[in-house]
Amino acid sequence: MSKVSARAVAILKDGLWTNNVTLSQKLALCPLLAVTATATNGLGMGLATTAVLVMTNLAISLVRGVITPQVRIPAFILVIAGIVTLVDMAINAWGHELYKVLGLFIPLIVTNCVILGRAEAFASRNGPFYSAMDGLGMGVGFTFVLTGIGAVRELLGSGTLFANASLMLGAPMRFLETTVIPDYKGFLLMILPPGGFLVLGFALAAKRMLDTRDAKKRAAAASEPASACH
Amino acid sequence: MAIYRTAPWFQGVLLGGFCLTASVALSYGYKLTAPAIERAAKADLTASLDQVIPASLRTNDMTADTVTLDTDGGPVTVYRARKGGEVSAVAYRVIGKGYGGDIVIVMGVDRAGAILGVRVVQHSETPGLGDKVDARKTDWVKGFAGHSFANTPAAEWAVKKDGGRFDQFSGATITPRAVVKAVKEGLELFAANRARMIGDAKPAAAVPATKPRSVS
Repeated sequence: MSKVSARAVAILKDGLWTNNVTLSQKLALCPLLAVTATATNGLGMGLATTAVLVMTNLAISLVRGVITPQVRIPAFILVIAGIVTLVDMAINAWGHELYKVLGLFIPLIVTNCVILGRAEAFASRNGPFYSAMDGLGMGVGFTFVLTGIGAVRELLGSGTLFANASLMLGAPMRFLETTVIPDYKGFLLMILPPGGFLVLGFALAAKRMLDTRDAKKRAAAASEPASACH
Repeated sequence: MAIYRTAPWFQGVLLGGFCLTASVALSYGYKLTAPAIERAAKADLTASLDQVIPASLRTNDMTADTVTLDTDGGPVTVYRARKGGEVSAVAYRVIGKGYGGDIVIVMGVDRAGAILGVRVVQHSETPGLGDKVDARKTDWVKGFAGHSFANTPAAEWAVKKDGGRFDQFSGATITPRAVVKAVKEGLELFAANRARMIGDAKPAAAVPATKPRSVS
């Protein structure tokens, strides 16, 4: 594997799992709690955020040589807000069905701290290619957590999965819509914000457990050759 | 690094440059998307009017034939369906106060004051409970069709729990109650302003509305 693609893979892995936006950095919890009542909404918000993140990372990486450290924060915010507004207008104009479902969430992306966080932590220090990769990795990592938490809440809350997916993603996606538990009476708590906190708590705990186990394994592997020296 | 990059004036110029670039990009984007957005908004309006007024009652473009009433709750735009020149039905928007904020409702009423259709077009009610007023979730809201003050006395415009004629949902009374109240107020608005709504006023002419009877 060449050096370039090895680095790209490392960046993607970082975003998807190791340094996942929600599970590790614990950022963007507000949109997470707000939109994950169903898997469909989680997926939609995740995809929109991913698209914005790739574009903002790319744009900020391209202008990083021009921006001075003193004004970088307002300049980043300006770039991000501008791009989100353009995306908002574009979806409204050419993807109106999608806009009717996601419209409310798109302006919220501006306030998603992940966007500014990646601009500051990554895109302002790296080239355009790696920055776009970082945006993609972080975005997809965010999407899978949003969709996962949405799926758990929807399943426990209303007994369905990806309800109304065809409304948002178009008729071909109707196959995603499943009623897992027929005649389910519903468990309202899971759909309301407390359910979001509960599921998020379990997800964070699971991630930490896996990380601790990994760290132990690595420590054990590292200590073995050392003891062999004696 | 050049020395000027740390000078205060350069920071201002730099930010100014960014603002200028962003403004140009945004105004260009707006110019590019505005016609499509306008078309989409009009299509949305037409679609919601289509749902509350059957196509057999109209031959005109309802979005172009409007009259505006000034009510206590602000101006109400009335869209008029015509068949053979005569106004056959009107559609307008009413707002209910739901559990999660405003519930925006579009209702269609025929000349005689009977409801042709009611649709909730925007709401933020509890998913799985109050959102059953959405026609995409349940058929509840379609139950209004055919009702009028002639066949349903004003006292019976309430959910069954309150002694009225309309179903509530188990676990959610506030939302259907709000929708029933809003639709009732909509009919009162029609009753009080019938002449202006179906009369031949010039399109989009603003006329003061008679205050509808207070409800409770």
